[in-house]
Amino acid sequence: MIDKIAASVAQALEGVRDGATVLVGGFGTAGIPDELIAGLLEQGATDLTVVNNNAGNGDTGLAALLKAGRVRKIICSFPRQADSQVFDGLWRSGRIELELVPQGNLAERIRAAGAGIGAFFTPTGYGTELARGKETRQIDGRGHVLETPIHGDLALIKAERGDRWGNLTYRMAARNFGPVMAMAAKRTVATVHEVVELGALDPEAVVTPGIFVHQVVRIPRVATQAGGFKAKEVAR
Amino acid sequence: MSAAWKPRTRDQLARRVAQDIPDGAVVNLGIGMPTLVANHLPAGIEIILHSENGILGMGPAPVAGTEDYDLINAGKQPVTLLPGGAFFHHADSFAMMRGGHLDICVLGAYQVSATGDLANWHTGEPGAIPAVGGAMDLAAGARQTWVMMDLLARDGKAKVVAACSYPLTAVACVKRIYADLATLECSPQGLRLIDAVDGLGHRQLEQLIGLPIRTP
Repeated sequence: MIDKIAASVAQALEGVRDGATVLVGGFGTAGIPDELIAGLLEQGATDLTVVNNNAGNGDTGLAALLKAGRVRKIICSFPRQADSQVFDGLWRSGRIELELVPQGNLAERIRAAGAGIGAFFTPTGYGTELARGKETRQIDGRGHVLETPIHGDLALIKAERGDRWGNLTYRMAARNFGPVMAMAAKRTVATVHEVVELGALDPEAVVTPGIFVHQVVRIPRVATQAGGFKAKEVAR
Repeated sequence: MSAAWKPRTRDQLARRVAQDIPDGAVVNLGIGMPTLVANHLPAGIEIILHSENGILGMGPAPVAGTEDYDLINAGKQPVTLLPGGAFFHHADSFAMMRGGHLDICVLGAYQVSATGDLANWHTGEPGAIPAVGGAMDLAAGARQTWVMMDLLARDGKAKVVAACSYPLTAVACVKRIYADLATLECSPQGLRLIDAVDGLGHRQLEQLIGLPIRTP
């Protein structure tokens, strides 16, 4: 029997190694797998490379992982935020490496990793300092830059509903990086708010098929954290 | 310094941009000033707003108390979804931008060159933390890139230049500049005047910018 439902976050994150590349979903308040990030902090792996759109906000979540000195390098599109003080401090004192990637290249490089694509040419970034040192080519009269895939050892994503085969649906704009990150990692752990029986998810509406998912952990809804919900829905 | 002309207010500028968006267009409004354009879209036409975090058919801000933090825009502010709207993942969302499916994107800028080079992501100052987001994808991928900005920086220098001194976002991508003092077109031949605020003549505008501007 296939059963990808993990009993706890701790169980789902057993054996994460030092030096791992971790793809972390989420954009703004939507789709951040807070419980899995907290679990990674607890689990103890260090010297990590983290891939996320941002570089942590406030003092919790990714910022807490950074603050604990567990992240060697961050690959992201937008590290600078009003409340990115933890990253800002580490970067200014040279204690964290930053690879800045245009957001579309970030998504596509992750997708490429999941799809077995060796590299791709794109006009994004051509003629800018983010293309410095990269191979370029004129294609149909337009400058393109060669971009390589971003593979993860681990992906941490937040979904809405899932089953024991690992099929997932998402909620609104919390989908963001989840589906492509799930494809691109050797091991993908997803949180869901609801675990359902096989067959209960409409096959026409499954967004991430279970083949891309290794473990699913159910997390109760909370209203207090980033990525939480308004009080009315929590009560539902 | 007193001038014979009055700059467009933020809302007047947003209205000026909005009046050029055709019925049926799919549009991405950048973070900051361009977001205001959504408040001034002409009545009676249908525009589909795209948000790079995976939304088409984005609606206005929700009524206070009904915010849902799974439904936010690229600036991470709560929004709503119009009937007909759709959600999708980041790679699909950026395929819309990079694959030439968006009709128009409206972005802010530090500088724009007469031939349409855009600098809007990084001042390049030492110690400044760089952050690019989706700016390069939008500028390179949308069918038309429009810029919305003040014509002059706070220090009085023109933000329309012969060649950008700030790090580039994309080369030769800007088609139009909607500024507080004038609307200009960029092309390989340089600048062309579309309109200027009352009281600001063609020659005065050329003096402010320090570049030749063709007239229609």
